[in-house]
Amino acid sequence: MPQDHDIAVVGGGLLGSAIAFGLAREGQRVVVLDEGDVAKRASRGNFALVWVQSKGLGMPAYTGWTINSTQAWPQLEAELKERTGLDVCLEQTGGFSICLSEREMEQRRDVLRRIHAQEGVAKYDVALLDRREVEKMLPGIGPDVVGGSYCPLDGHVNALRLFRAFHVANQRLGIDYKPDHRVGAIDFERGRFRLQTSQGEIEAGKIVLAAGNANAQLAPMVGLSAPMQFNCRGQIVVTERLQRFMRYPIGTLRQTDEGTVMIGDSYEDSTDDRGINTAINSVMLDRAQRTFPFLANVNVVRSWSCLRVMTQDGFPIYDQSESCPGAFIACCHSGVTLAAVHAYTLAPMIARGALDLQQTGVFSAQRFHVQKAA
Amino acid sequence: MFKRLPDTQGAAVAVTIDGEPFNAREGDSVAAALLAAGRSYCRETPVTGAKRAPYCMMGVCFDCLVTVDGIGNRQGCLTRVEDGMRIETQHGKREARA
Ligand SMILES: Cc1cc2nc3c(=O)[nH]c(=O)nc-3n(C[C@H](O)[C@H](O)[C@H](O)COP(=O)(O)OP(=O)(O)OC[C@H]3O[C@@H](n4cnc5c(N)ncnc54)[C@H](O)[C@@H]3O)c2cc1C
Ligand code: FES
Repeated sequence: MPQDHDIAVVGGGLLGSAIAFGLAREGQRVVVLDEGDVAKRASRGNFALVWVQSKGLGMPAYTGWTINSTQAWPQLEAELKERTGLDVCLEQTGGFSICLSEREMEQRRDVLRRIHAQEGVAKYDVALLDRREVEKMLPGIGPDVVGGSYCPLDGHVNALRLFRAFHVANQRLGIDYKPDHRVGAIDFERGRFRLQTSQGEIEAGKIVLAAGNANAQLAPMVGLSAPMQFNCRGQIVVTERLQRFMRYPIGTLRQTDEGTVMIGDSYEDSTDDRGINTAINSVMLDRAQRTFPFLANVNVVRSWSCLRVMTQDGFPIYDQSESCPGAFIACCHSGVTLAAVHAYTLAPMIARGALDLQQTGVFSAQRFHVQKAA
Repeated sequence: MFKRLPDTQGAAVAVTIDGEPFNAREGDSVAAALLAAGRSYCRETPVTGAKRAPYCMMGVCFDCLVTVDGIGNRQGCLTRVEDGMRIETQHGKREARA
């Protein structure tokens, strides 16, 4: 067993897997320490969008970072296919946000205007379309659809297959993946990290904390911080498989490569990811039926809830420790969308031993520690 | 492969299976009628196209999905035959009407 690791990645979700993949491509010897099969993972419960529109209000750099990732996504898809034979079914056809009233249309216009009015925001196309124009691209929409916005950069993948493809690719890249190795404590001494896991100690010269919401507890062990919300629950409903009827995904409604329709995108204040709030499902399904009335006759086969990995302001945290050099942290929502930039941009910085602050400085958790005005 | 028990009774119910007339029996489920008609499969799966036939006959396995009167993904074992019913092998995914 290779015990000699350059770097230990804590967490084997989408972030840890994408970063480990990128590190191994740079020649680093990587060990990934993960929990077991029953662990909570946003990476298994998400909606699978590779999405740009609506993102970055309040932090324009996030818009650019997101666009970089969507542009690198075709390379990621191709590389995963080459390394694993698995097709993650990336479709970057452009995507919609649908408005079911004039008021929603007005709000949509306003959000897009505010995002684009921000200083230094990356410019990208997004068009507000009226009902007739939407109907041309999404035939079958109901009379309640007033219009919507269309962004050509948007798309989606098969998220479960993506998760699997990373794990297969990482194994082939020689990454030492250790499930059932929950990290409980981390010590830093003489430039080395010692990680206490549920199955003994692991040593490494560098570490990346990519443990989702658990980063909040791990970060202070190495002089970092990750203020998380913990209570941001999302729900998803899945239908039986249907012949292809949608050529473009909608932010709340998409047809997967295998034909099921996924309905989602709820945000709810809850820390319980075992329950389902049926009232929320009713609202989501009602909106789905108003968007495509024929869905009223389609059967639902599954529904679940899942906690989002959400920092306190909703934007990513990428940071490096000053007191424990060699310790890095990454956590964010939208880990599917950002998988490509994590693998191809963030991981190489970590491999070199320092973040490129030009690109990632704004994402430091320092932003949460500004002194509160007295 | 399947034979009716000698003591079963019931009036004939005229249905079609993939367009061909077949006399099912009153009380039959669609899945039972398909088996009585000698069908070895009732659908091809949506992802790999594998052939599937009714299996559990009690509503849990979903292998008996068929198209009934134009509507796909109906569970054959939970659907009673009716006079004039059109039963069809389902090829892959259910139809979407959009
Ligand atoms: C309902 C919902 C819908 C979403 N939709 C989208 C979408 O459409 N598009 C998109 O881009 N993103 C979406 N996301 C977000 C995306 O799923 C997450 O950003 C991403 O999965 C986060 O990955 P992660 O690896 O940081 O966290 P996780 O998947 O939570 O993984 C964390 C890992 O760390 C492990 N771990 C935890 N503690 C320890 C420890 N002490 N030691 C070792 N290992 C540990 C866990 O076992 C787990 O494997 C959605 C999320 C949700 C919940
Ligand atoms: S045969 Fe199993 S559900 Fe119908």
